[in-house]
Amino acid sequence: MSQRPSATLALALAALSGAGLSQADDDYIVLASTTSTEASGLFDAIIPRFTEKTGISVRVVAVGTGQAFEIARRGDADSLLVHDTDGEETFVAEGYAAERADVMVNDFVIIGPDGDPAGIADAESVAEAMRRIAEVEAPFASRGDDSGTHRAEQRLWEAAGVEPGGAWYRELGSGMGPTLNTAAGMDAYVISDRATWVAFANPQNLTLLFAGDEALFNQYGSLLIDSARHPHLRHDLAQQWHRWLLSAEGQRAIAEFEMKGQPLFFPNALAD
Amino acid sequence: MTTSDNPFTTALALIAGMDPVLLGIVALSLQVSLTAVLIASLLALPLGAALALWRFPGRGVIIVTLNALMGLPPVVAGLTVYLLLSRAGPLGQFGLLFTPTAMVIAQVILILPIIAALTRQQIEELHGEYHDQLRSLGVSRPRMMPTLLWDARFSLLTVVLAGFGRASAEVGAVMIVGGNIDGVTRVMTTAIVLETSKGNLPLALGLGLVLLGLVLLVNAVAHLVGETARRRLG
Repeated sequence: MSQRPSATLALALAALSGAGLSQADDDYIVLASTTSTEASGLFDAIIPRFTEKTGISVRVVAVGTGQAFEIARRGDADSLLVHDTDGEETFVAEGYAAERADVMVNDFVIIGPDGDPAGIADAESVAEAMRRIAEVEAPFASRGDDSGTHRAEQRLWEAAGVEPGGAWYRELGSGMGPTLNTAAGMDAYVISDRATWVAFANPQNLTLLFAGDEALFNQYGSLLIDSARHPHLRHDLAQQWHRWLLSAEGQRAIAEFEMKGQPLFFPNALAD
Repeated sequence: MTTSDNPFTTALALIAGMDPVLLGIVALSLQVSLTAVLIASLLALPLGAALALWRFPGRGVIIVTLNALMGLPPVVAGLTVYLLLSRAGPLGQFGLLFTPTAMVIAQVILILPIIAALTRQQIEELHGEYHDQLRSLGVSRPRMMPTLLWDARFSLLTVVLAGFGRASAEVGAVMIVGGNIDGVTRVMTTAIVLETSKGNLPLALGLGLVLLGLVLLVNAVAHLVGETARRRLG
């Protein structure tokens, strides 16, 4: 009895996907990644090179890092490319990922209205800059979405000894791009990864005010999902992607990607 | 895709350029939403008619529920379908998450209540008018159903178009279950969200104008077909 409804359902679903809706090619992996890598155009630059070499296409689902972990945990992605080293290591420790490796870095930057009401441009350190924003209670737009950037921002507040809150601190619960759009609309300070900021086309009054502190270092890691828990995963194909990203060829592709004449990601897989 | 600062010229350039990427996105949008409308109509038209014709306990509850579900937030529909189709979910074995099929399923859930609820109302009114006549002819309820549906076909066309409008305009559900994958599940609305997040506002608005034009085209075709049929058949 229990077989029957699921058989009918299988038929119905097969009929649905047979209606020319599914893609024919079977050689693909699903990569859950962050909005910064997608919105900056990095994937458009490097994935075609990988596909040309291996015949494997990469289907990118670009979400916040927190959501990317959740997608992978449920077995809905073959590989991850995210930027939250602590979270990634926990993910490996929990047994969800078979491997984790550093792929590339870029940095976080503090963006703000070009009048710089909190005067952060000449701050000694990022902690100092954050404290100045909190002191004058200048509007600050936080991602508030448990993304890699949001987690980094929370660590920065903690390091600055500030517990942000109040009307000036606005948690938006949005991706990087929408957060920049909103920050531009309300002349707020905002922390962004450099790649999304450089590629962003609607800055209005916003400008880059602070960068360069070591604490703003932003490491991206590739995680190969463990297929023991999810045997349906395209583990072999995902492994080829993971290896290619770390190979000299993949690293070169990342280094060669430029936006507006400026490189946005610096490969560091071969460093160690 | 081309960009300029004016959304209208951007939209025109997009259409004139026949960009293959854009054409793919347009084709997928139409394919997904039209398939969803077809499936939802096949289920919802008989359902709505049956609700109009039969009286049974719990009927009021179903009608109120259907009416309420017309306001189902797309993101909730999307999340539900996501949890069902995810590998860890009850239908995970079919591997449908992040495919156009998943997007069709989510849209069917969104528009089925709209088509069913509005059909119920149309048929109920029509039934009120013809009730005595049909009764005196001894027509049974199962026989009335196709007759009344056929009689109401022109107003039901508008009902179905309302469903299509909802399907082609929504973004919350298809974003979650489709994943906005370039070349696979990217449709007009998710492409608009992506360009907005890149700050490419003129391009995003240009895509919006193309989508509006597309919906206008579908509605115009439906209207023409309806008018022609009305004139032919009197």
